Amino acid sequence: MAQVAVARPPEERRRRAQAWRSAAVRVGTVVLVLAALWGLWELYRWVWVTTGWTHPFPVNDITMPHLHTIFQALGQPSRVQGPLLISVLLDSAWFTAKEAAVGFLLGGVIGFFLACVLVHSRLLQRGFLPYIVASQTIPILAVAPMVVVWLKSGWQSVAVIAAYLTFFPVTINTLRGLQSADPRAHDLMRTYAANRWKVLWHLRVPASMPYLFTALKISATASVVGAIIGELPSSIQDGLGGAILNYNQYYSLQPQNLWATNLIAAALGITFFVVIVIAEKIVVRRAPVHVA
Amino acid sequence: MSVVKLEGLTKTFPRGNVTALQDITLSIEAGEFVSLIGPSGCGKSTLLRVVGDLVPPTAGTVEVNGKPAPRARADHDYGIVFQDSVLFDWRTVAKNVALPLELLGWDRARRKQRVDEMLRLVELTGFGDHHPWQLSGGMQMRVAIARALTFEPALLLMDEPFGALDEMTRERLNIELLEIWRRLGSTVVFVTHSISEAVFLSTRVVVMSPRPGRIAGIVDIDLPQPRTVDTREDPRFFELVTEVRELLRGVGADEHGSVLAEETA
Repeated sequence: MAQVAVARPPEERRRRAQAWRSAAVRVGTVVLVLAALWGLWELYRWVWVTTGWTHPFPVNDITMPHLHTIFQALGQPSRVQGPLLISVLLDSAWFTAKEAAVGFLLGGVIGFFLACVLVHSRLLQRGFLPYIVASQTIPILAVAPMVVVWLKSGWQSVAVIAAYLTFFPVTINTLRGLQSADPRAHDLMRTYAANRWKVLWHLRVPASMPYLFTALKISATASVVGAIIGELPSSIQDGLGGAILNYNQYYSLQPQNLWATNLIAAALGITFFVVIVIAEKIVVRRAPVHVA
Repeated sequence: MSVVKLEGLTKTFPRGNVTALQDITLSIEAGEFVSLIGPSGCGKSTLLRVVGDLVPPTAGTVEVNGKPAPRARADHDYGIVFQDSVLFDWRTVAKNVALPLELLGWDRARRKQRVDEMLRLVELTGFGDHHPWQLSGGMQMRVAIARALTFEPALLLMDEPFGALDEMTRERLNIELLEIWRRLGSTVVFVTHSISEAVFLSTRVVVMSPRPGRIAGIVDIDLPQPRTVDTREDPRFFELVTEVRELLRGVGADEHGSVLAEETA
């Protein structure tokens, strides 16, 4: 291992070539999987349309539009003389993204602090954890109208609804992570006469980072779902939730618009997820086995 | 002055009603290198933990640097090294070594200067920016030793620090440790399950008996200082190894085997 400090040019070149190869393989895999999914969709359509099967549902241009019509719809005006569908949807996605991001940050911070408090008291854990778990058994569709009643309809109440879905995985995973440090590391901190704040800051919190990021990845996508659902009872028209409601009403005429909206919503969730993955790569410095 | 002073020390664990240590009286003077050796369950690791105030004694007194053990711990009078290096993965080597100094509130410039000195002492200059997992087991242990010594404690407690390393690395680290001990003039209490390691390193070897843990005998190691690779071939070295082994056999450690099978109790 002592050689790590010395960079060897040929080895360096070989490593770089290998990095390029593995990147190419990864991109190739993504393209292949997408092509395969596209193929499956069209194959299913073709089989059901040619045989006329009606189970589990009859296949036609309304129930399963061609994938290329969905993508074409993105490039066409959303209504007569109106802007392109893609630009309408991107505006909606941006609006929803802001709500989801605020909710995600709010939920993440609350969840993290809750875990930091709970880790110091078994009594508090026993007292509060059942209610924290119970909070997640109530469907978000039941919670959302209450939040709107309390906070008035607006993007703030949508953010709170997104936070409601975000904090739970963060609390549970961070709590586990704060407890994950080696008992001898705690002994070591004790020999330094470190108080609980120093133990929290120098040992527990850094040890919890891999757990925290696992939770943030779950929460990132959940916050987008929370924001979209939260827009419905708030009757907010500017986000993806509004767009979904709107295009749902015109589904029998233009089914590809709803499909295109779902596509953009999925892309937004993936974007949130990828941002967390990148942040994790920067923040979490661990032995390679742990990073995987 | 005694750096470690134990009087009538007894430790029982309520669970299973185990008496780990019974009536231990021992005094360790400044500058000594004392090894604790004994078969499985003799409580030598527990003894070290009591000295470090990681577990409280059931009866008797423990003084470190002339103070009660909890006071000595609060005053950072000792550094400790465990069997595993217990380095923090998320910190670089330099930041691991700097950890106790950060907790003591040293400023950045002073920390850096001391860390550089310590890395030089354990011959890891140039590895400060590496992360622990990039180092071999022996190098990780040297980082742990540097971390234990950064704040210049009077006492160094070592709990089977080289137990997990291969024979060659262990012998090299033994010589390096003695070098550091000589240069810093600190006092070392060293728990080991290797007879030859105990004899090679120590000025005194404390042989302990199991269930309940008691001191079975103390062997003064009169081998000349500084110890070198030749020390291991000195006839006196073999005599002392035999003496310690006889004592261990007397306390029911049958042959080398069960002593080696010692676990950290």
